[in-house]
Amino acid sequence: MSHATVPDTHPPAQRGWYKRNEIAVTPLLFLAPAILFFAVYVIIPIAQSFWISLHEWDGLGEATWVGTANYERLLGIGDQNMDRKFETSFWNNIKWLVLYLLAIPAGLFIALFLNQTVRGIRIYKSLFFFPFVISQVVVGLVFSWFYLPREGLLNALIGLFGFGPVNILGDPSMATYGIIAAGLWPQTAYCMILYLTGLNAVDPEQVEAARLDGAKGWRMLWYVILPQLRPATFIAFVVTIIGALRSFDLISVMTNGGPFGSTRVLSFYMFEESLSEFGFRMGYGAAIAVILFILMLGFIAYFLWSMYQDEKGGR
Amino acid sequence: MKSRKTTAWIALCASTLLAGPALAESHGMALSGDLRIISDMSNPAPRAVMEGMVADFGEMHPDLNIELTIVDREAWKTQIRNALGANPPDVVNWYAANRMLPYVNAGLFADVSDLWEEPAFEALASTKGAMTINDAQWGVPYTYYQWGIYYRKDIFDELGLSEPTTWEEEKANCQAILDSGRKCYTIGTKFLWTAGGWFDYINSRTNGYDFHMQLARGEIPWTDDRVRQTFANWRELIDMGAFIDDHQTYSWQEALPFMVNGEAASYLMGNFAVAAMRDGGLTDDQLDFYQFPKIAEVDYAEDAPTDTFHIASGAQNMDAAKEFLRFVVSTENQTKINAGDALGQLPVNANAEIGDDKFLQQGFDMLSNNASGGIMQFFDRDFPAEMASFGMEGLQEFMVFPDNLDDILARLEDARQRIYK
Amino acid sequence: MFPTPIEKRSRAAQLSYQSLLPLALILWLLPLLAVANFSIKPESDFVNGNYWGLPSSFDLFANYGRVFFESNMPRYLLNSLLITIPTVIGAVALSAMAGFALGVYRFKGNLLIFFMFIAGNFVPFQILMVPVRDLTIDMNLYDTKTGLILFHIAFQTGFCTLFMRNFIRALPFPLIEAARVEGVAEWKIFWYVVLPLMKPALAALAVLIFTFIWNDYFWAVVLTQGPDAQPVTAGITEFNSQFRAAYHLMSAGSIVAALPPVAMFFLMQKHFIAGLTLGAVK
Repeated sequence: MSHATVPDTHPPAQRGWYKRNEIAVTPLLFLAPAILFFAVYVIIPIAQSFWISLHEWDGLGEATWVGTANYERLLGIGDQNMDRKFETSFWNNIKWLVLYLLAIPAGLFIALFLNQTVRGIRIYKSLFFFPFVISQVVVGLVFSWFYLPREGLLNALIGLFGFGPVNILGDPSMATYGIIAAGLWPQTAYCMILYLTGLNAVDPEQVEAARLDGAKGWRMLWYVILPQLRPATFIAFVVTIIGALRSFDLISVMTNGGPFGSTRVLSFYMFEESLSEFGFRMGYGAAIAVILFILMLGFIAYFLWSMYQDEKGGR
Repeated sequence: MKSRKTTAWIALCASTLLAGPALAESHGMALSGDLRIISDMSNPAPRAVMEGMVADFGEMHPDLNIELTIVDREAWKTQIRNALGANPPDVVNWYAANRMLPYVNAGLFADVSDLWEEPAFEALASTKGAMTINDAQWGVPYTYYQWGIYYRKDIFDELGLSEPTTWEEEKANCQAILDSGRKCYTIGTKFLWTAGGWFDYINSRTNGYDFHMQLARGEIPWTDDRVRQTFANWRELIDMGAFIDDHQTYSWQEALPFMVNGEAASYLMGNFAVAAMRDGGLTDDQLDFYQFPKIAEVDYAEDAPTDTFHIASGAQNMDAAKEFLRFVVSTENQTKINAGDALGQLPVNANAEIGDDKFLQQGFDMLSNNASGGIMQFFDRDFPAEMASFGMEGLQEFMVFPDNLDDILARLEDARQRIYK
Repeated sequence: MFPTPIEKRSRAAQLSYQSLLPLALILWLLPLLAVANFSIKPESDFVNGNYWGLPSSFDLFANYGRVFFESNMPRYLLNSLLITIPTVIGAVALSAMAGFALGVYRFKGNLLIFFMFIAGNFVPFQILMVPVRDLTIDMNLYDTKTGLILFHIAFQTGFCTLFMRNFIRALPFPLIEAARVEGVAEWKIFWYVVLPLMKPALAALAVLIFTFIWNDYFWAVVLTQGPDAQPVTAGITEFNSQFRAAYHLMSAGSIVAALPPVAMFFLMQKHFIAGLTLGAVK
């Protein structure tokens, strides 16, 4: 044991207040730097954003109090139309949320496919995983070349089957789906690795027992395996939801919100409004961010509640 | 716009005589410290020019430490505010006219009216208007360039076509090009502004310069029938299939290969594209230029955007920054950076020489003698920035889905009423 | 084991699985392979429309040479390193301490603070953008690496603390009690007892955070501009504008930008995967 070899160098003189209260004070000292950083950069800014969203502010001069006017314009309350860009962004966010979840079954499928012990499987597993380590910027570039309207590999491939060329990123009805597909690539890899680890921990005795009972295939997966994979599924769900609501890099790189604004999401629109060429709309941008935050809050509450249940059961 | 015409004409006559050192007196000043410049001249040719200018200026002022940052030209449009607001550099690139307005209003550009009172700046008189807001000047121009239709002469010759001067001829030419299995025009609208060029030309040719500028100032609703007429004219080309497919996916550079490979016969563009086309392998025998044809009986108005340098109001080294601006517009430097093998654009200094290049000469002649309607700065500079951003998104959508026109115009009108109030 | 191990299946099934594996992998990595192929092609291939065929000549050195010697890419790469490494050290240090405090001690508000870290970690970071940007400007750290590093440390501390606290929770508690009985000071328990046991967690987190920070784009765009401070994810857009429509160079640049985290992953694979799954799944 390492601590046994450590000489106690505390001089007796220090055995004062600190020593007596050591157990109570130490955790506070250890927490202080992390809490300080976290408060300054995360907690306080959240509150500030709420505050800013009630103002009209260009980021330079004085902010003007406008109450809920920003929200009214966004949502079209009163005698104005709902902000069209906001509307598009919001529905795109919903598309992202729903479709991104496909990463979970897809990841499970690949994990099941790879959960074997043939020669070289380790290398296969890591190669399947590695889209996740590539930055989203590069993923976006790679996919935008993959989708190129004439020269893209995608069109070369579907051309083999006699289908006409498609311009995924140029078609407002398809562009968002094209970007989501690009996002699913690394996200599926992420879910796959979560499930692979989960599958390692599946109790072999239960599987054998179920097998003796005649369970196999889908029934085995559904009634025996999946319940044991619950923790993995939970994490996969959490990271996928977060990933979906944070989507920004891919959109910025692949379409820059276009064509004609059809691929904007809330996070991208918020960025555009806040740092736009024609003026910092800090208040309006903050209002968009707040709405995104509220959208997220439901999920955060659910995550915390699940964890709280775990904690209670844990100890 | 008369003044530009005359000055430009005088300049053409005088350019060979007066290449003197107009700004010689400024060389005496000893400058030191740091000079931080952020430039958006990120394309290959402009990049080399910018680096060359900094090198030349550095040689003249050995004690000055110049820090040059070149950022992506498209990205700069969203970064500039950020850059000027926080820890600003001394000198930045931007554009003239209305496009400066938000920064002038926000107090981010320094007033450089004192420079414009110096005798050497008399040679820049024709551009003074585009740099003036509230009776003060907020920067200096370094170049301007004509727009027009660049076309593949060899393809026109092959099909027996000649440069059109009327809308009917334009359409007839286009039909012949389409019949030969090519597209008439290449364009890349991913970054939206290229569509603005088409709108500028068709609108000013249809309704005249004054109407166009009234629209830019928000004095005319987008749902006006005259605006609809512009779109109707434009639509004739779209319905013919004149533009390349999938243009909304390409940048203007990515649209170049269509022209270089002969899949499209022409390109409505600014003269800066010539360098890129030559890089792509087109020779001057293959490449030519004509003025956008007449549509209605109105005077020709031309797009001739001016690109500029500004000093940030928070600049640390004001002396060096001003000296750099003097250097940029000096006769000698203007001749050098705008030459055919450099930027390939037109000098703003009336004493500078215009490059010995057929496109520059032709463009200068066009702007001097055949633009009596007026000079437009370009869609995204004549319209207030926010209107331009809404507008260009609508123009792009129109080019892809012309049937959406009613919806687009209603949206633009909605934006107009909010933006100009 | 599920699914049934392939060795127990018929010979035909084994053979088809063995041949399906590489096929599936190629399909999975197709977009990437295509870009790798782009990056070793000469420019003439693109002019001639040979996008997806084999390169007509092998131009790997020429293309990558231009990335390294004719652009700002080396500067951006260096910036990425100078941003990523301090962030990793800072976030791991802060969260090891916070995790220790939350995992070992019982005090009022323990769970509350812990949940605060978790919740903050899930926040869509756009809501932080405007205030954090202002704060960075006020501290005169806009467009500096330090500004980015400080924010990254703070934000990553949320995730890291979750991870560390759960890891420390799983350590044998009697060890700590034994040390206390012997009168060892608390900070020494942290340093000499707990920290050595946390080595695998530290390694795992370090690798993971390295990848996260390296790949960050949003904050790089919000808090920096230009080659003085911008990391490679943001710098690649400037690179691409310099070589717009030159696919062979843009591909080479993208691959260079992506390579360090990929190398990190393959070298430290065990830690990496442990990091992704261990702290969270407990």
